[in-house]
Formats: sequence, structure tokens, C-alpha cells
Amino acid sequence: MSVTVKIPTQLRNVTGGDTETMVDGATTVGDVLDGLYDRYDGLRDRIAEDGDLRRFVNVYVGGEDIRFLEGLDTPVEDGDEVTILPAVAGG
Amino acid sequence: MPVQALQCKECRETYPLDARYVCERCFGPLEVAYGLDGLDPEETKRRIQAGPQSIWRYADFLPFERPPAPGLPVGLTPLQKAPRLAERLGVREVWVKNDTANPTHSFKDRVVAVALAKAQELGYRVVACASTGNLANAVAAHAAAAGLESYVFIPADLEEQKVLATGVYGTHLVAVQGTYDDVNRLCTELSADRDWAFVNVNVRPYYAEGSKTIAFEIAEQLAFGLPDRVVAPIASGSLFTKIARGFEEWLGIGLIEGELPVFNGAQASGCSPVAQAFEAGNDVCRPVRPDTIAKSLAIGNPADGPYALDLARRSGGAIDSVTDEEIRAGIRLLAETTGIFTETAGGVTTAVLSKIAERGDLDPDERVVLAITGDGLKTLDAVRGTVDARQIEPSVAAFEEAIAEEPVLAL
Repeated sequence: MSVTVKIPTQLRNVTGGDTETMVDGATTVGDVLDGLYDRYDGLRDRIAEDGDLRRFVNVYVGGEDIRFLEGLDTPVEDGDEVTILPAVAGG
Repeated sequence: MPVQALQCKECRETYPLDARYVCERCFGPLEVAYGLDGLDPEETKRRIQAGPQSIWRYADFLPFERPPAPGLPVGLTPLQKAPRLAERLGVREVWVKNDTANPTHSFKDRVVAVALAKAQELGYRVVACASTGNLANAVAAHAAAAGLESYVFIPADLEEQKVLATGVYGTHLVAVQGTYDDVNRLCTELSADRDWAFVNVNVRPYYAEGSKTIAFEIAEQLAFGLPDRVVAPIASGSLFTKIARGFEEWLGIGLIEGELPVFNGAQASGCSPVAQAFEAGNDVCRPVRPDTIAKSLAIGNPADGPYALDLARRSGGAIDSVTDEEIRAGIRLLAETTGIFTETAGGVTTAVLSKIAERGDLDPDERVVLAITGDGLKTLDAVRGTVDARQIEPSVAAFEEAIAEEPVLAL
């Protein structure tokens, strides 16, 4: 049971240059992020605040914004792709 | 030139003036910071008045250390007094900022002129964008004029007029099966690993500065004065907030005097995440899936939503939404009272102005500016089936017979 996470350029200085990583044993998006926080020092402060995602961070599962799903409780399955992106583009 | 740095709108961290748009510390959006305090208002005014007949007359307030090479001439669009619309709405003065009078017939020429000038200064040879249509037209045209290669990403269901008026410039046109928000996500991902200037992604801080020139022009056209109220559309919220930013910069250095105008934002009911958040008293927007004829405003996940909400509240304004029927009526109202044919986004803006007038929000002594951002020829589907042409034989008798049924014409 493993999920692929795609890491945006803006976070690669805390992921040691990793552009993509795998998280095992997660059942929700929240678990996936916790797995990343354990692995990468400093990541939590960059994208989360008071237990929730910062307001300019978007997270997608299979291309779908998690705010259309169940937020951090959105279930993930083996083979899913989770993408973290800045929310400040477009228009 | 007073431009200084890029600065995070959230945590104020500063960065050099290169191709970046996100604060690495807090993920907040970056904005261009200027040191305007040293500008003498009289001298600045003279420099503006002696400047080119385009947005580049406002170079002191644009993100360049040296004046860029001129591209397509953009800006100085008419600010047209609209007495018949004012009378209809029961207000003293309405002025229409007619941004259909730009090279590709929308306000997007302003932001693209600035973004492409910056992209060239930074050494990019390829430009790109995620677009709801007007931006597509502008990027393709300005890239063609500058001799840059371009990639334009649009939702696959875009209006035919906008697709054709983009492809004609010889761009690489990519129709993505999804909403604008899907297109935007894709471009955000692509921008990470391609050496391209995505005008509304990695060079967005510069791009957004172009919208301030609408405020500068309005103020200059009102003899360095201010309107009492501005009604403008909201898609991402960038235009809406940057018009205010333009007025604030000029107020800050004393180039104009008075109060920041009241700001009313306009959205379509079929895509109104900012209007909904305003109504609910929230300071962030919950994304929506767009379903509206106003495709140029169909952004379900607006990047500048929180700032648009803040502006409407602190200026004493509001953010309203209107239905597709009201949008069509807005297009007709503007056309019939001002002679300006606007696209659906302008129908939204006009309909919201009508709505707030009917609600009694307008003081009869107000001077209102309505920002009309795009041309009606771009969204002909919105008016298809609403116009009758009477077919007659080419004879006087046939004409007399036809007008007999229309007593007003017979006069």
C-alpha cells in the first residue's frame, strides 16, 4: 500500500531535492502529509498552520482538489498520486 | 525607477526580481514592492503627461529598472461618460472604462504587455499561459508581435470566437479536457520543470502589475481625480485588487487626493466563490465547479479571493453575483444605453451595477466607474437568438408594410 507524492519546486529545498516520493501505510491525505512531515524536517511549518493546511496550499488526489473531497480525511488507496501545489497561480 | 523587490503579501519576506511567485517561507503570493516615497508628485505628473500614449506612461509604477522595448500599443482606452445609463440607474455620473479598445479587445493586453516585457528581460524565449480566453488571445498576439514562441492552454469547451482569435496568431494551442482550474493546475505543474515564462504562474507578480494601469488611466482621465465607486468583475480577483492598489499608490504619494473608492465585485452565480464567501462572512473562498455563460470569469478556485474579500469589506463595498439571464440583460443594457457591446464578463459587471442600484446602495450624487473588460464579439453565443432581423423584398411597399407593424419606427 503506497502513495506517490509530487513535490513542488518551492518545497524541494526541504526535501533534499526530491521531486517525488512514496508514502507507505497511509489511509488518508492527512496520513500522507504526516508521513512527509516525519521524513522531511521543516516541511510542516512551510505548508501547515494550526493543524490545517495554509490557505495558499492546494492538495490534489488524482488531480482532484481535496476541498471537493473530504479535505485531509480524503481516503487514499494504493497507487494514488497526491500532488501539492501553490494556490497562487492563474487569472 | 522605484521598483525594489518581490515581497510576500503574507509574511513580507523579500526576494530578488526574478521569475518566482510563491514565498518559500509561507507559500503566500509574491507582489512587486516599490520605493515610491521619493517621487515628487508634480514632477511625476509631468513625466506621465509627457509619456507615451500607452500604459508605459506609468513606467514609474511598473516593475522595470529600465524601460522595456515597446510591443503592441496597449492602454489609454476611453473613459466614456454614460449619461443614459446613469439616468436609467438613478445616479449622477456613470463612466465606462472601455477596455474592449485594446489590441486584442480585452484588459488582458495590459497584463500581458507587462508580463512579456519582463519575460524578455529575464531572457525567456517561450511564453505560456492558462487562460479562460481573453488571456489566450493576448498572449498569442503579443508573443507573435515580439517574435516569441508561445503555448496557450485553454479549457476544451471555450467559446469558438476565442479559440479562433487565439489560433490565428500561430501559437501552440492546447485544449485541455477539464475546467479552467484543471488547466491552471496543469500549468502550475508544467512551470516547475520547463524554462518557459507562464505569464500567470511564474511571472504572475509582474503580470498582475499591468492591471494597475486601469486605475492610473481612470484617475488621469478624471483630471487626476477619483471616482466614488468602482464596479469590476472578479475571476481570480487580481484585476479587482490591483485597481485598488493603483489608486492607493497614487494616493500614497499625493498624486491624487481623496479616499479610496468603494469597490463592488461582480461574479456570475454559476461561478461565485468570492461572492459566496462575502455573503457568508468568510475570509477565504471555498472552491466551486463553474457552470456559467461568463466563461472568462469561470475560475472556481480564485488565487486572490481572500484579498478581493478584504478589499470589498474595507472599502465599504460588496461582492454580488448575477444569473445567466441577468448577464444577458446586462449586455443589452450597456449596449442600448452606451453603444458599447461587451462580452459576458461585462454583462456580469453591468448587471451587478444594476442590482446594487436597485438595492438602493448607490448615493444619487455618486460618480461610478464601470470596468468593461472585454468585447461582445468574443462571446456571440450569449446574444444568439435574441435579435430579430425582418426580411423583406427590396421594394418600398414591402418596407412600408413591415414598418406598419412597428409604430415607433413609422414615426
